Amino acid sequence: MTRISVSVDGTEAVDEVEPRTLLVQYLREQRGRTGTPVGCDTSNCGACTVLVDGRAVKSCALLAVQADGAEVTTIQGLANGELHPLQKAFHEHHALQCGYCTPGMIMAAVDLLDEVADPSEQQVREGLEGNLCRCTGYQNIVTAVRDAAAELRGATS
Amino acid sequence: MTATQEQEVGAARRRKEDAHLITGQTTWTDNIQLPGTVHAALLRSPMAHARVRVNVAAARNEPGVVAAYSGADLADELAGLPSAWQVTPDWVAPEHKPLAVDEARYAGDAIAVVVADTRAHAVDALDAIEVDYDPLPVVLDMEQAIADSSPLVHTEAGTNVCFRYSDTFGDVDAAFANAPVRITRRFVQQRLVACAMEPRSVLVAPVPAAGEYTVWSSTQIPHFVRLFLAMLSGVPESRIRVIAPDVGGGFGSKLDIYAEELLALTLARKLGRPVKWTETRSEAFQATVHGRDQIQDLELAADADGRIRGLRVNLLADMGAYLQLLTPAIPLLGRAMFPGIYKMDAYEFGCVGVFTDKTPTDAYRGAGRPEATFAIERMLDELAAELHVDPLEMRRRNWIRHEEFPYAQIAGLTYDSGNYEAATARATELFDYDGLRAEQARRREAHDPVQLGIGVSTYTEMCGLAPSRWLGERGYAGGGWEAATVRVLPTGKVEAVIGTSPHGQGHVTTFSQLVADTLGVPFDDIEVIHGDTAAAPAGLDTYGSRSLAVGGVAVWRAAQRVLGKAKTLAAHLLEVSEDDLEFSGGTFAVRGTPGATKSIQEVAFAAFAAHSMPDGFEPTLSADFVLEPDDFSFPHGTHLCATEVDTETGRVTIRSYVAVDDVGKVVNPMIVEGQVHGGLAQGIAQALHEGARYDADGNLTTGTMVDYTPPTAADLPSFTLDRTETPSTNNPLGVKGVGEAGTIASTPAVVNAVVDALRPFGVADVPMPCTPENVWRALHEAQGGAA
Repeated sequence: MTRISVSVDGTEAVDEVEPRTLLVQYLREQRGRTGTPVGCDTSNCGACTVLVDGRAVKSCALLAVQADGAEVTTIQGLANGELHPLQKAFHEHHALQCGYCTPGMIMAAVDLLDEVADPSEQQVREGLEGNLCRCTGYQNIVTAVRDAAAELRGATS
Repeated sequence: MTATQEQEVGAARRRKEDAHLITGQTTWTDNIQLPGTVHAALLRSPMAHARVRVNVAAARNEPGVVAAYSGADLADELAGLPSAWQVTPDWVAPEHKPLAVDEARYAGDAIAVVVADTRAHAVDALDAIEVDYDPLPVVLDMEQAIADSSPLVHTEAGTNVCFRYSDTFGDVDAAFANAPVRITRRFVQQRLVACAMEPRSVLVAPVPAAGEYTVWSSTQIPHFVRLFLAMLSGVPESRIRVIAPDVGGGFGSKLDIYAEELLALTLARKLGRPVKWTETRSEAFQATVHGRDQIQDLELAADADGRIRGLRVNLLADMGAYLQLLTPAIPLLGRAMFPGIYKMDAYEFGCVGVFTDKTPTDAYRGAGRPEATFAIERMLDELAAELHVDPLEMRRRNWIRHEEFPYAQIAGLTYDSGNYEAATARATELFDYDGLRAEQARRREAHDPVQLGIGVSTYTEMCGLAPSRWLGERGYAGGGWEAATVRVLPTGKVEAVIGTSPHGQGHVTTFSQLVADTLGVPFDDIEVIHGDTAAAPAGLDTYGSRSLAVGGVAVWRAAQRVLGKAKTLAAHLLEVSEDDLEFSGGTFAVRGTPGATKSIQEVAFAAFAAHSMPDGFEPTLSADFVLEPDDFSFPHGTHLCATEVDTETGRVTIRSYVAVDDVGKVVNPMIVEGQVHGGLAQGIAQALHEGARYDADGNLTTGTMVDYTPPTAADLPSFTLDRTETPSTNNPLGVKGVGEAGTIASTPAVVNAVVDALRPFGVADVPMPCTPENVWRALHEAQGGAA
């Protein structure tokens, strides 16, 4: 077992983990952050995407020990009193159906909008290429991300 | 008093479902953590067909292991899994044990189980199981499987033929005799994987002293799961509670009774502890049912002007190694849909269900109907090409005209209503059909290496799988009804209990809209309860676009009953006759007497308090309704697709896609659009991207998302959607169903567009998926090259 110290959604935690434990397993099983689901075992689907020190990471592609000392934000830590503009936009534009891919999709989009403030449709589509959705056909997701981008630009200008 | 309501039905209400999904406060089955839970992991055969001798003794000594069993260990305790649809009296339905005993029949067939304190320990201990595999001959190809010399999937059955079915309507020989035009084609519906984003998961918590079990399962069909677990285990239904909590998509693949559900119940019973199993994505590819997989031989006879005289269809349908819940019925659901929206004098249908050493097939998005629609829509294009007629014009010559509805079609169905002319007119306008045809001509003339193709698909689908008698006449063991309960509670809030069990379709929102309008209560005051057999004990669940057309009508009927009851009590309280009351905006008012009113909320409290009631009035404001539908409903639409096909690389790009669907009365246009978008993505995926493939030994070579290539956001275009609205005449709401429209229509639209682009090169078909390689080969072969 290895001792790690991680900030998860703003709460400092010190835990013992098996070295082979994936970050997503740690978050779900030891920290109870089940808002981040697992959709595959090959790091393709992106359902488990979280922010590690502000950057989107597929949490099944990282060992928990690699997050030692890091700040991890999951979908459950994204809302800060009120919904994040992306969460609002996903609701407003019907950008989710079953909702299983949604946490990962939103977290990946947070990172995308951090890099590109005013993405084109094609930039959103390519930016979210690592996240699979099986319900929506993506069109409303793209609309939601661009709408949230506009709101975020408004908020920061 | 409640303020007067806006009309809810028809409004693009934002979903009630979203709040917990966008914040991660979800209850997927695998999220549930109960104290004392043990975790099951399954050993799956790596060989497609082998005799197996399994020894689990060593695994029992591994760290954390609580129990380990082979198929032989549990053979007496585990009943065989059911197939509920006996399609012919003499079908072959081999025993399907949850853990294979002695013989594995596909790569992924489970042969042993380990239960341990953690999932990791259970998976680790699988390595300690000793297995002798004695390989047996493998049969993967359906045509080979039905040959006399074929190896057998089930030796004791003596055949790989599950069933042979045939039907004839009209004088087929006469229709074909002397027909000036005859077209023969073979299409292959490749095997598909549903890939719902949530892998399957089941958790069974026992109360050993009481013999009770709570089962959480990522299923589309909690009511069927309870019924079958009771039948297979001997535990009474009343002691099994099945909960489908948040369910992350299904697309038909979670419409099944799975080995792992029965296994988890059996293990929880033996061990007296909660048992959880969650599949990995790799397991999902192997052990969750696949879809499609048909070889379709078609022959079409027509007059010189293209009017269809007759159609012959012969199918080989791959069952895989075992029958799951509805496996043999899937190709037969398409039986009546091959004629599509067209008139013809005669139709002949034949189908052979075939066992192979592959994962079992069952329902996948549309279940038999997309396969049928694909075939007839491709044939219409081939007929158009043969006669040098525009494909839209060819359809106009043959389709059922608006004034001819209701229309008794050749295969025995009566289409309720439709207006193919209106949907097609709108689609061609949005698409700029003439402009794109002109551009196509220019590119052909200029020998542009990137050719433009235009694909047409004018489809109908069969929604709301019912009535029960129709299903019974065709060998299905279950019914097609649906149940609902509506209660106005003492506070005036409303509970609607529904028998359908959603997994992303937005039932809570849609059904709230129906109830809000009927009872005049605010949308936000309505709670919709579903997916738990304790809270919603009766229902037949969610599949086949039945939820609104059957379940929605049941809810509406129940709400009407509540309203009738409320009116009786309101009249009593206001001391007038019911005829003197009018109801509007949630309030009963006495005609001609201003101020004499009772809101439905006031009536609900009076019904609860029960101080003053008419004779015979039952306290509380609640009513049930079990709806037995009159018939199917038949949505339709016109989809147009423009593809650019690079003749040098074979790459296909969708340039534009227009879908005009007519799903009858629309309750929530935002949800309808979302359903169509998702359906289009899956239908396009079949046309261009996806296909499950096996190597010669029966190993699934597309066993991960890397190899199977479900489309990403970057692979798909934005779609242009519109709709026409021709209400169904088979239910009082006029609703039809939308879940499968996009999938059914889009696959032929896209493939027709690809073939259309390549027609000048002599290409008459491209096998699905139309990957660059398949397109390039088709081009190369058409030009006389060996591909």
